[in-house]
Amino acid sequence: MSYSTIIEDNIDILVVGAGLGGTGAAFEARYWGQDKKIVVAEKANIMRSGAVAQGLYAINCYMGTRFGENNPEDHVRYARIDLMGMVREDLLFDMARHVDSAVHNFEEWGLPIMRDEKKGSFLREGRWQIMIHGESYKPIVAEAAKKSADKVFNRICVTHLLMDESKENRVAGAVGFNVRTGNYHVFKSKTVICGAGGASNIFKPRSVGEGAGRVWYAPWSSGSAYGLMIEAGAKMTQMENRIVLARFKDGYGPVGAYFLHLKTYTQNGYGEEYESKWFPALQQMVGSEYLDPEVSHRTHRPIPTCLRNHAIINEVNAGRGPIHMVTMEAFQDPHLEEIGWHNFLGMTVGQAVLWAATDVDPKYENPELTTSEPYVMGSHATGCGAWCSGPEDISPKEYFWGYNRMTTIEGLFGAGDAVGGTPHAFSSGSFTEGRLAAKAACKYIDDGKAQGIRVSDEQINRRKEQIFKPLETYRVYSNEVVAGSVNPNFINPRQGLDRLQKMMDEYCGGFGVNYMTNDKLLNIGLKKMAILGEDLEKVAASDIHELLRAWELKHRFLTSESVFQHTLFRKETRWPGYYYRGDVMKLDDKNWHVLTVSRRDPKTGEYTMEKAPLYHLVGEVEDKALAEMKAKGHH
Amino acid sequence: MPTFVYMTRCDGCGECVDICPSDIMHIDKTLRRAYNIEPSMCWECYSCVKACPHQAIDVRGYADFAPLGHSVRVIRDEEKGTIAWRIKFRNGKKDMELLAPITTKPWGSATPDLAKVPAPSKEMRDSQLLFNEPKYIRMDDGGLHTLKSNGLEIKEGVQY
Repeated sequence: MSYSTIIEDNIDILVVGAGLGGTGAAFEARYWGQDKKIVVAEKANIMRSGAVAQGLYAINCYMGTRFGENNPEDHVRYARIDLMGMVREDLLFDMARHVDSAVHNFEEWGLPIMRDEKKGSFLREGRWQIMIHGESYKPIVAEAAKKSADKVFNRICVTHLLMDESKENRVAGAVGFNVRTGNYHVFKSKTVICGAGGASNIFKPRSVGEGAGRVWYAPWSSGSAYGLMIEAGAKMTQMENRIVLARFKDGYGPVGAYFLHLKTYTQNGYGEEYESKWFPALQQMVGSEYLDPEVSHRTHRPIPTCLRNHAIINEVNAGRGPIHMVTMEAFQDPHLEEIGWHNFLGMTVGQAVLWAATDVDPKYENPELTTSEPYVMGSHATGCGAWCSGPEDISPKEYFWGYNRMTTIEGLFGAGDAVGGTPHAFSSGSFTEGRLAAKAACKYIDDGKAQGIRVSDEQINRRKEQIFKPLETYRVYSNEVVAGSVNPNFINPRQGLDRLQKMMDEYCGGFGVNYMTNDKLLNIGLKKMAILGEDLEKVAASDIHELLRAWELKHRFLTSESVFQHTLFRKETRWPGYYYRGDVMKLDDKNWHVLTVSRRDPKTGEYTMEKAPLYHLVGEVEDKALAEMKAKGHH
Repeated sequence: MPTFVYMTRCDGCGECVDICPSDIMHIDKTLRRAYNIEPSMCWECYSCVKACPHQAIDVRGYADFAPLGHSVRVIRDEEKGTIAWRIKFRNGKKDMELLAPITTKPWGSATPDLAKVPAPSKEMRDSQLLFNEPKYIRMDDGGLHTLKSNGLEIKEGVQY
């Protein structure tokens, strides 16, 4: 192997993946560890990496306690109902009580936040969202992280975590390779904060061919947050809770600003309201605790996103599609029309390109909506991720083991998509989680928890051989055939990804089967996954770029396997509209009002599943309308 | 929508290669100019388009659903702190220019150096507070929210 080994030693805090979570961690770590060595390893370029690379037109998580708008517990209640009860309320409350300070820092750093001229507060898009001119959100935040870090290694694909050999289940750093030079990079570190991304492209996307990159979550979100942590044996939670998005067709342009700010609404292909007619049957499935249209109509409590998806899916299946977003009314106002376009340009330029290409002028035509393929992630409206400790002043004993946002591996912390049970964190909440993890990681080191870490050359060399194996496979076998991509000895990363996506779609509830699966399908899927796992040992890479894709695929595979296991474990249909267990079509609070927790044994690859208790914040209901309705017997 | 590079404008400087989040802008070894090596992994994020000093990179909508004949162009200017867009429809009936700010401060000037701020006290370390807190939570002298301050308990089981 001609690539050199570059060792970065004596790191205190290694940030793996510098999206919003990772930048928050790198930034804050310097304050609590002014003498500590802080290093960032990023797969792309920190100035445009992660899910916010393209920019954002809104910050979706801002309490506004400063303006008397919301308290943290209000946000917890909102996230709880949206996720059908399945959230970590200690982590959510903790994020929500800090998130405003992150946003106020962003404003000071130059992020243009729109103001409500009359009220003097930030311009609200919805109850939790504020509007920004966020084209440069990521580079602004990255500047702050760069200033805090000792070194930022761009273009390092981190493939594995390093584990301590003197104490079991303790992290010792990470390894990976430079996607430009091919060099092998070893980061020896006392702590690791995993800020890597959730997973796009594990379920077959609706788009085909060239358009396969037009996914809702970034195509470079390769499930590495989960791939890295699962492989090391960290416990994961809520991995069955994939998310399906109702978005503008093909371009997947965001609908939040359209619904909330522009006051557009949906109707079926024949111009009719369709949602309410699906609710009575749906209420039978999930119970009135989760769907009470009367309560949602009169109070702040939203109808859970998955249930609104359910209505779209069923209306289309009933033959009355497509679903349209009614824009023709709002877009008559030139100011709102401009906001509608800016909204895309700020965060999903492709939707603007698509409307320009198809001559869709929303002033004169109501654009089509669709439901996307599923995604597995933990910062938008779902909460997949690692099972992490909460803060000591909030968390019950089952949720607390010493350090905030620490996973079940000692010294390994999470932020953003990496942390499970904390949906609705979005960009600002992910950044906040990074800050919380950084403070806790500094404390972990100062408490002497990272002493005596040992990493042998054997471990380092074994990982190196493993990382570069796809190049070796290609070198050995490619000349056995005349030319082309068909080879009996290996598959390339694209072929492997196609196989994974097809399997996830057909057996794990993708769009191709209307999000339906059952125990039989999941068990067949798991058998096929095991064989795909064997074949991935033979994935081949013709160059370093393909080696990057090979490792992204392996992370996506580990993520997917976990999704299969969790989906099989939870014997109920908790989130109709995200997925359905055809064998158990009802929500079952008696048996499944719990969080699902898994662990994959790093030595054997075997999964163990368990139920973790679910705690809720209980206190006075501040929403007066809701309190009145509860007094009348509503939930 | 996948990007492409105009042959006569690209000088092979590599700015796009440096910035692309998906690692798909590469330099062609023979032509010494950039091109998109993997359009199916392009998110049309426009990072390369914005970074190109010669406006050599453009976007043509995905072949599987976007007809030809449209244009969405952009110029991002850090000095002016603005981004300027121009959208042209396929049928020529709509031609829009849109301008937005990207920052309110001279570029890169306003982020703090946390190595140089006063170190946190032991009391602060033992608290739940982060940098700039509690001040920055409400921009007043209020404290951090706790279960106690907000009259809350955390209880196991079905609680609705």
